[in-house]
Amino acid sequence: MKKLRLVIAISVCKLLIRIGRLVGKKGTSKPGEIALKICPDILTMLSGQVKGDIIAVCGTNGKTTTNNMIYSYLKANGKNVVCNNVGANMIYGVCCAFAAKASLLGKLDADYACLEIDEASAVKIFKFFSPDILVITNLFRDQLDRYGEIDLTVDYLKRALDLAPYTKLILNGDDPVCAQFGREGKRECYYFSVSQKVLKTEEESSEGRFCPICGNKLDYNYYHYSQLGDYACNKCGFKRPEPHFAVNNVCLENGMRFELSYFDNKVQFDINYRGFYNIYNVAVSYSAARLALGKLENYRDVLAQYKPQTGRMEEFNIGKKVILNLSKNPAGFNQGIATVLEDSTFNKVVLIGINDNAGDGKDISWLWDVDFEKLETADVSRYILCGMRADDLALRLKYGGIEEGKMKKFSALKDAAEAINDGNENICYALVNYTVVFQMQEILSELKREWENEI
Amino acid sequence: MKYEIKIGHLFSDLLNMFGDKGNIASLVNRMKWRGYSAETVCFKEQDEICFDGLDIVILGGGGEKDELSALKKLMEKKEELKAYVESGGILLAFCGGFRMLGQYFKTKTQTVEGVGILDMETEYGERFIGNVIAETEITGEKIKIAGFENHGGRTILKGIRPFAYILSGEGNNGEDKTEGAIYKNVIGTYLHGPLLPKNPRLTDYILKVALERKYGETICLCPLSDELENEALGFAINRFLKAEG
Repeated sequence: MKKLRLVIAISVCKLLIRIGRLVGKKGTSKPGEIALKICPDILTMLSGQVKGDIIAVCGTNGKTTTNNMIYSYLKANGKNVVCNNVGANMIYGVCCAFAAKASLLGKLDADYACLEIDEASAVKIFKFFSPDILVITNLFRDQLDRYGEIDLTVDYLKRALDLAPYTKLILNGDDPVCAQFGREGKRECYYFSVSQKVLKTEEESSEGRFCPICGNKLDYNYYHYSQLGDYACNKCGFKRPEPHFAVNNVCLENGMRFELSYFDNKVQFDINYRGFYNIYNVAVSYSAARLALGKLENYRDVLAQYKPQTGRMEEFNIGKKVILNLSKNPAGFNQGIATVLEDSTFNKVVLIGINDNAGDGKDISWLWDVDFEKLETADVSRYILCGMRADDLALRLKYGGIEEGKMKKFSALKDAAEAINDGNENICYALVNYTVVFQMQEILSELKREWENEI
Repeated sequence: MKYEIKIGHLFSDLLNMFGDKGNIASLVNRMKWRGYSAETVCFKEQDEICFDGLDIVILGGGGEKDELSALKKLMEKKEELKAYVESGGILLAFCGGFRMLGQYFKTKTQTVEGVGILDMETEYGERFIGNVIAETEITGEKIKIAGFENHGGRTILKGIRPFAYILSGEGNNGEDKTEGAIYKNVIGTYLHGPLLPKNPRLTDYILKVALERKYGETICLCPLSDELENEALGFAINRFLKAEG
């Protein structure tokens, strides 16, 4: 009976995914929702057939990038992998990923699974199976109206971990909020860290700067950004753990170069990515794949061929070089801004696009926790503001001391994108949030094609 | 005459969530754009709070743990804060800061004694989260204000007036249409947004009251170009009042 339900659930799910594709819907969760209704055990039954490790990735920022890189490493080593690589990271999305990979008879031929999992959904998903490895990338203030606050997210993850006592953890040791999970239960736990000061950062968000164990204020030797850095609590002794995977010798000029050492090995990375935070994504995905596989081959090919996700520092030439970057919260946005500051090109135009749809978070007050003022030191001569909250953005910049004359608001994203070419700046950074990024990506691709046809 | 004000941000390291630093930016900039000066003094958790010389005191919201640590400290300064309020000092309390000024408030797990400056009680419920449009007469005429609420508190006012009445959204308790509270020159509200940048008439009213208290004369603040402010406010009113009606 169970088996029959499974077979029907998989068929229906596959069919719905196919129909969804025909009508142009990607990454919808409906097929998974229906599959789970038909066969409540679908996740247990399918995940149980994965031969090797199931790797899960949680964390506020960098989940999709990290998970997709782990997937690429596993594929490059000849493995057959289940992956929710369109970013559908709640329980229905995970159902879809398993069902899509299974045969109509309910057989799953997979060596590994790597799954991006929303922090609040982990506790629902881990009821059906425990991952062998759980990566937590970082924990920042995210869309506040969804989670309330960071303590709630931590609570969700603790409850999820209670369901998975044997799951190995790979944690960001630079993040005290993340590192506290290493103290939960008796389990294998690995930390990754960037072991040197790289960015010239000042104070940012204060949340998470208190000891997660005793509540005392943490002392920092240095910060990377937000609450990430080399910290210690002088009251209870909680401090940044010794990393098992340590990044050193970082150089961020023209791409990024760094050395990752683990156990007795050292690997050199030299890649054409931007943004300090991408060091974490690259380092942790390598670490997770290395732990899962024992040894890792062809990793250089993976890095060379890896294409960032939609709008993750994605480049377009539309007659002017445009770099599109998605940020969903203050920590992400400030990292986007840090990347603009690292770029020494003179005369820049910056486009900022903010929507407040359900996928973005309805509360946009976090805009006031982003250091837009710093852009004024990066030789920005013009600001293009767009999205449903362009009016609030303009206010934010005005009260940040940016001249009103430098800003222009647009109600249509297309008009905003076309205005990039209005001035003679040398480069454009387009910093946008979640529901803007997909439309902006299409618009910029179209403008790029038009430009290529012209020349 | 060059006017000056001093703003005290209480527990600036603990209570600073939901972009409320925009409220301070709004007060400070609107003084500076008029050629006046404004100084902000941040009192962190470890600092000794001194109300002498302060014209506006800001008490914001934070994570629950942080709010409880701040309240514990504030209770030690309860009498000084009361004296400041009774002498007409301006106190702006947002969200968690508002809640802790009442007689008591309940969280999911406990009942906590409040500062007791505002005669009100706060029970605990499911969070109210969303955009708010409300109407206030605090400035002497009816004006619409826009903000965002995100609170689990259900506040019932006892012997005090509300700060505003809800046109769209939930407000103090989701039932009696009240939003926030006023007592002397204390304004307590659940509204973020942050509240002040988008509601310049309210901000200017607060500055006027602060300056009049300090200088003992009638003050008339010159108008500023509030094009962007009014566009943002108008956009919010149109969108969220329509959505509701």
